[in-house]
Order: sequence, then C-alpha cells, then structure tokens
Amino acid sequence: MDSIISAASVIAAGLSIGLAAIGPGIGQGNAAGQAVEGIARQPEAENKIRGTLLLSLAFMEALTIYGLVVALALLFANPFNS
Amino acid sequence: MYPDNFYSSTFTLLAEAEVGKHFYWNIAGFLVHGQVLLVIWFVVAILLIFSILGTSNTNRIPHGWQNFMESALEFITDIAKNQLGESFYRDWIPYIGTLFLFIFGCNWAGAVIPWKLIQLPEGELAAPTNDINTTVALALLTSFSYFYAGLSKKGLGYFKRYVNPIPLLLPINILEDFTKPLSLSFRLFGNVLADELTVTVLTSLVPLVVPLPIMLLGIFAGSVQALIFSTLAAAYIAEALE
Repeated sequence: MDSIISAASVIAAGLSIGLAAIGPGIGQGNAAGQAVEGIARQPEAENKIRGTLLLSLAFMEALTIYGLVVALALLFANPFNS
Repeated sequence: MYPDNFYSSTFTLLAEAEVGKHFYWNIAGFLVHGQVLLVIWFVVAILLIFSILGTSNTNRIPHGWQNFMESALEFITDIAKNQLGESFYRDWIPYIGTLFLFIFGCNWAGAVIPWKLIQLPEGELAAPTNDINTTVALALLTSFSYFYAGLSKKGLGYFKRYVNPIPLLLPINILEDFTKPLSLSFRLFGNVLADELTVTVLTSLVPLVVPLPIMLLGIFAGSVQALIFSTLAAAYIAEALE
C-alpha cells in the first residue's frame, strides 16, 4: 500500500477508536450511577433496574462499536488500497 | 483479499471486509464464505434437534427438556409482548423468536465451542456473526419485516407516518429507514468481531490465563446482543404497526 495512505489510515484508525470511547464511557458511567442510586433507594426493584441498565448499556456500547468498525475497516478493508 | 478471478468492485467492498484469510467456496462463479455457512448449518441443526426433542411426547405438565423449551418460549413471548402490546404480539413470536435463538446460538457457538480443533484448508471456523454479510442479512430481513407489518396493516396509508407529527421531519424519517438496519447490523457485527479479535490478540501474546476474562465477556455480550437485536426488531415492528 502507498506509504502515505498507510500512515494516514493508521493515525485515523487510532483516533477513531480512541475518540469513540469517550462519549459512551461518560454516558455509561452516568447510567450505572443512576441505577445504583435507584437500587439503593428501593432494593426490591433491583431486577427491573438491572435489566433496564443492561439494555441501556448495550445501546451506548454500540456507539463505541461504530468507531471500532471504522477503525477495522481502515486497517483491513481500506477502500483506498489500490 | 479475494482471489483475482472473482467478481469484486467498490460495491462489494464492505462485503469483502475480512480479517485474515477466509475459506471460500466457488458456487457457479459466486464467492461464498464456506466457514460461515458450515457453522450456520451446525447452529440450525442444533436448534432443530432441541425443538424436536422438546416437542416429542408432550405432557400437559412439562418435565425435563419440554420444560426448558417452554421456558425459552416464555422468555421470547415476554420480549414480543413487552414491545408489541397485547393485540399484535402473537403473529410476531415466530420471527422474534427465530432472530433471538439464531443470534444467541451463533454467538455462543462461536464463543464456547473449540473450533480450532477442526483444520480447514485456509481460514478457520468461528462465530458466523463475525462476518458483516450475516448481520446485514439479518438487519435487512428486519427492515423488510417492519415494512411488511406496516404495509399489511395500513396499506399505502403507512407512508403517512413519514410526515407525522410535522412534515419538516420527512428527511429525518427517511434517513431513519437507512440508519435502522445499519445500526442493527453494525452493533452485532462489531460486538462479535471485537471480542474475537481481542481474544486472538491476547492469545498470541499470553496464551494461558489472560484471554479467559475476555472470553467470558464474549459469552455475556453475545447473549445480550441477541436480546438487544430481537428487542429492537420487535420495537421497530411495533413502531410500524401503531
């Protein structure tokens, strides 16, 4: 592969996954914090809260996964590869 | 990536995305991912065997295997009922159930069974959902099914949905029709492939104990992703039916 394409792709891949982890990390931390507070306030609702928490975590995780997919595409299925 | 004599263009670029070499079959000039099909047939055979065992010699009060399959069915019915509401859920239990069981079976087959023991000419057996083609197929099926749900219930009046509540939202609603299958497919694909890649890289560095937590995470994430996919599919169908 052309060396400048490889260099740019590697930098872009690293930035993509790195930056994509920031937002969902904050969001998941918030969600988990609120869930723990909910359980502390009403321990009988723990099962429902845990179920809802896991569902929401998976949605937020998907946003990081999009960044990972872009990174993997740049490294392994690069469209600018001749 | 592909052998030179197979059809390949910019349109098939995403379908060709692969990590490492894959095991190809040439069927009538088309390239088919052999390792994905082999594991899919295995998962389908397992699901069929479970169902046949569960429904032979049925009793009024279930015991043993029938009990287990009935609790799985109750779980799936819960998913459908929570999303679709009391009036519509019964028609969609087969589709939602198939999605859930198939994705669950695929993810767990990839994470639990030691496929490396079977040597392929090139490439290796792994979870079928680590191939973008599988997950895009499932997502497009879901897209097709919610269009079918809306059109069969309301006819052409289904398209009034695009200008509710204000016509200004029309481009966003049209965009949503493209992002729904995209996000469904990438969520599942990314989760499974990321776990497999992490386990591969860690095994190549420290083969002994270190990959184990990631493998356990893969088992957990695989089941959660199956639940998410089927829940979201049911939610999209509910949105089209309301």
